[in-house]
Order: sequence, then C-alpha cells, then structure tokens
Amino acid sequence: MTAAPVSAHDGDPATVRPRRWYQSRILRRLRRNKAAVFSIVVLILIGLIAVLGEWIAPQDPNKVELTSRLMGPSGAHLLGTDELGRDVLSRLLVATRVDLLASAQAVGLALLVGVPLGIVAGYAGGVTDAIVSRVIDALMTLPPLILAVVVVAILGPGLRNAMLAISVVIIPSFYRIVRASTQGARSELYIESARASGCTSWRILWRHILPAVAPPLLVQASFSASVVIVAEASLSFLGLGARAPQATWGLMLNDASSNLTTASYLIYPPTVMVALTILGFSLLGDGLRDAMGRQTTDGGR
Amino acid sequence: MSEPTLSVRGLTKTYGARPTLLRRDPHRLTAVDEVGFEIAPGQTLGLVGESGAGKSTVGRLVLRLIEPDAGTIDLLGTDLAALPRGDLRRMRARATMIFQDPYTSLNPRMLIKDAVAEPLIMHTDDSRRVRHAKALDMVRRVGLTAAHMERYPYEMSGGQLQRVAIARALITDPAFIVCDEPVAALDVSTQAQVINLLNDLQQERGISYLFISHDLRLVRLIADEVAVMRRGRLLEKGPAVRLFDAPEHAYTRELLAAIPGRTPRARRFTGGRSEPVGHER
Repeated sequence: MTAAPVSAHDGDPATVRPRRWYQSRILRRLRRNKAAVFSIVVLILIGLIAVLGEWIAPQDPNKVELTSRLMGPSGAHLLGTDELGRDVLSRLLVATRVDLLASAQAVGLALLVGVPLGIVAGYAGGVTDAIVSRVIDALMTLPPLILAVVVVAILGPGLRNAMLAISVVIIPSFYRIVRASTQGARSELYIESARASGCTSWRILWRHILPAVAPPLLVQASFSASVVIVAEASLSFLGLGARAPQATWGLMLNDASSNLTTASYLIYPPTVMVALTILGFSLLGDGLRDAMGRQTTDGGR
Repeated sequence: MSEPTLSVRGLTKTYGARPTLLRRDPHRLTAVDEVGFEIAPGQTLGLVGESGAGKSTVGRLVLRLIEPDAGTIDLLGTDLAALPRGDLRRMRARATMIFQDPYTSLNPRMLIKDAVAEPLIMHTDDSRRVRHAKALDMVRRVGLTAAHMERYPYEMSGGQLQRVAIARALITDPAFIVCDEPVAALDVSTQAQVINLLNDLQQERGISYLFISHDLRLVRLIADEVAVMRRGRLLEKGPAVRLFDAPEHAYTRELLAAIPGRTPRARRFTGGRSEPVGHER
C-alpha cells in the first residue's frame, strides 16, 4: 500500500514541459529588480557598441586632421575633436571594444587560475590548502600599481601585459570566495549522499560543488569587471597600459587631461563611459547577489 | 541460511588527536568500539540507541564513507576494508545509503530527474534517454509522478523528498541499504507511508537494510533483528520479537520503558500488538 496520493494530476512525460534555463528563479528574481534590469540594459548597449563600434563610428578613429584640432562638439564632430584632430565619438566607440575585451581578459584569466585552485584547496583541505593559501596570501601583498610597473618593465608596455598584472592582483579575491564556498558546500549532506551513490571526486567537484560556488563567484566576477575597467583607465592614464594611437578610455582621459584648460569638453565622454560601465557591472553584481540569495535549506522562499 | 549480506567484526573508530612525539597518549574518544553483527539477505537489522551512541557512525563505517580504525567489513562477499578506491566506488551501486534529512541530502540545484538518474551516470553506460526512462519508472514505483521529475527539491514536501531519496538509492538495484533515521525528519502520518514503502521494496527485491533509528516503535515495524547501542558499544542484539518481549539488558528495558504512551513503571513491553506506527497510544 504505497499508493500515497501525491499529486492530483499525474503528468504524462509527454505533457510535462521540461524547464528552460530562462524559467529559473534567479532570472525571475533578477527581472523584478529595477536596478538590475537597468544595469543589464546598459551593459547590453555597451556590449552592442563594443561589437559594432567600427561600423557605427562616423569616421576613422585614427584619422589625424591637424587643421581641425581641439574643435568643440559640432555637426561634423558630435563630440568634438582631440588635439590631433581625431573624431572623439569615433574613438570612444572603438575604445569600448578594447576596454571590454581587456576587462574580459583580466577577469577570465583570474577565474581560470583562481577557481580551480580555490575548489581544490577548499575540497582537499589539509596540506594542499595550507600551501596554496600561503601562495595566494603572498600574491595579496603585492601592491597593484607597483606590480603593473614591474610586469610592464619585464614584458614590455601594452594593454595585454597591463591586464596580466591586474589579473594577478584579482586572483586572490576569486580564490578566497571559491575556497570559502567550497568549504561550506563540502560538509553539506548532499555531498556525502553523492559519495554514497558512488560519484567520482571529479563529478562531485564539477556537478555538486561548482554550482554551489557559482552564485557568489558570478557576483564577484561582476564587481571585478568594474574594478578592471577602472584599472585599465588608471594604467593607460599613467602610460603603463594601452599606447597611442590605440583608442581606450584611459588613453582618451590622458589626452583630455593635457588639454583640460583649453578643451574641457574632452574629459566628459570617456568619463561617462567608464562611469556607466562601472555602474552597470556593480548594479548587476548587486542584483545577482540579491537574486541568488541562499535558496537551499530554508525551502527557497 | 545463505551467506550474510553484511558481516561486520570488531568495527572500531576513534576520534581525537593522533599520538605525537610529545603526547604519546592524547585523549581520544571512542565513537564505535568493537562492534560486530551480521545481516542476512532480505533481512533488516534495526540499530537503536540514544543520540550520540554511535549509530550513524556505524552506518557510515559499514559503507566506508568513514574509514574505520579497525575491524573487518564483509559486504556481499567482498572485504570492504581492503577494497581499493575505484572498486569501492563501483561497490556503491550495490550498497548505498538513505539519509535522515531529505531536505539536505538532495542537491537543491538539481532537478529531481537528474538526482534520481545520477547514480546511473556513475555505474552504467546508459544514454541520457534511457537513464531518464529508468528514473521515471523508479519515481513512479516510489509513488510519485512524472510531474515531480521536473521539480526542484524546494518545491516538494519532506515525504516526497524522502521518496526521491529512496528512488535514487534503488535505481542501481542495490542489495544493501543503510537507512539512517530515514523518517525522523518526517511527520508521523508520512513516516508510516515511507516505512511501508521500504518494507514493500524489501519484499519485492530482497534488499537488506541496516535501519538506524532512535524510535523503537518504528524499529519494531520494520526490523527482523535489533541491536542496541550505547556509548559506542553493542549491548544486546537478537530477534526483534524476543528483544521487545524479553529484553536482557537493563538499558534495553530502559529504552523500551521510554516509549511515549507508556508509564515509566511499565517495565515489560506487552508486545504482540501489530498496529502500524502512530496508532500506538
């Protein structure tokens, strides 16, 4: 007599629709958060600019026109021209891709290194954890700007090398978050249940630990992306990152600062783009954090 | 009687600091002390005792989810204690565990269908389609429906979740299951349903259970033999009927007297009654 009445309707497998990823609760919660929706819209727009930049730029971003240097915004140049007579709007649009790619490179590399190390250290514990954690602690003591100077001095100047330095600097934040969440997840009963079912360590890490670690990781990645945008701007401004004639927001700020008294309008476009991007990533991070609040043992309400 | 499904001898587990150069004899807690028992095919051994008696530790030790310090575990004709990692993992298709709290023993981020089908990924070469077909059969067998397959654990009740956990444990057709307080987290009406399901499945498939519980009324419903534990030691074991009717050890009598609904003076369990649990008083 096991026929306990469980559900009023026995769903036929053919009629029970499988869930789609976009029906997940996280997305539903995210959609209800106005700031998060705003941030996603902003980031999508910035992403579109990054993809389409070269095609929608009204002029060649590197075309020097010395006859029309430092011209204020006008019909011919919507955002004016810089000291070499290059169209600011075109440079701004093209720079978007460079900045986002640089940001993705730095965050991606840091994830690639930090996440596996964090999961292994958190799951294995003991000596492994002690060794890896001390190395990461050592990384944390490196001052970011000095590290960037050293990396650029060794590998040569360029945006890619500058981002490598930033990457090293943000590895610890990913490592620590992943390690802490792994330690939390490791003691969950469902991990022991997975072991009792004969799951391999690899499967437990991949299918049980990693999904548990993913929410805080996504939040951190989003915040880190905004940190990296700022870092790119700072390093390029200091001449440690991108180099002329490449267009990035940091370099544009650098150009603008040298003409601040004569052409103050130059400072605004890159500043606004940097601010919008940071705001987008930060609000997205906030929204994700709220939407992914713990939804496990409390029954998920 | 044929070969026992599980035969345990001298099982011991201690916790605490290891002896070092400076402290040869640090304080160590003996969680399980020289425990031994056998379970025959298709039979249930009820393991009872108060909290902290070491019942759950024994349950985990016999599956080597925890490494024992000493003792032999003969499971399905294999010496479990000497089994290499890979073989131990494969062994888990034949011997697995159902946990106390189904809310936490199922991954909250996995759909029910994936949770039930997961052991098949590890132990068979079935395609995804076949796995889900088998999972659906199993889910129906434990009294759930196809609609439950597409749910997440938080969308289901404790009783339903424990059915899912049972389906997950049974999908590789094991010969032995450790049930660690499988109904302690459920309310009384659901308890009886789950116990009955376990009973039915045992008769259907000849599974052996190690049924861990602090609730003697439940153990009486399902166990053929009962073993009483206290402070890591096995005090008394024997056929359930005998043990409930004529307990030998004073502690067992105390446990029986503590069953709710009886006066403390009722030293002897009247026995012989066979109503299902929850109707006792």
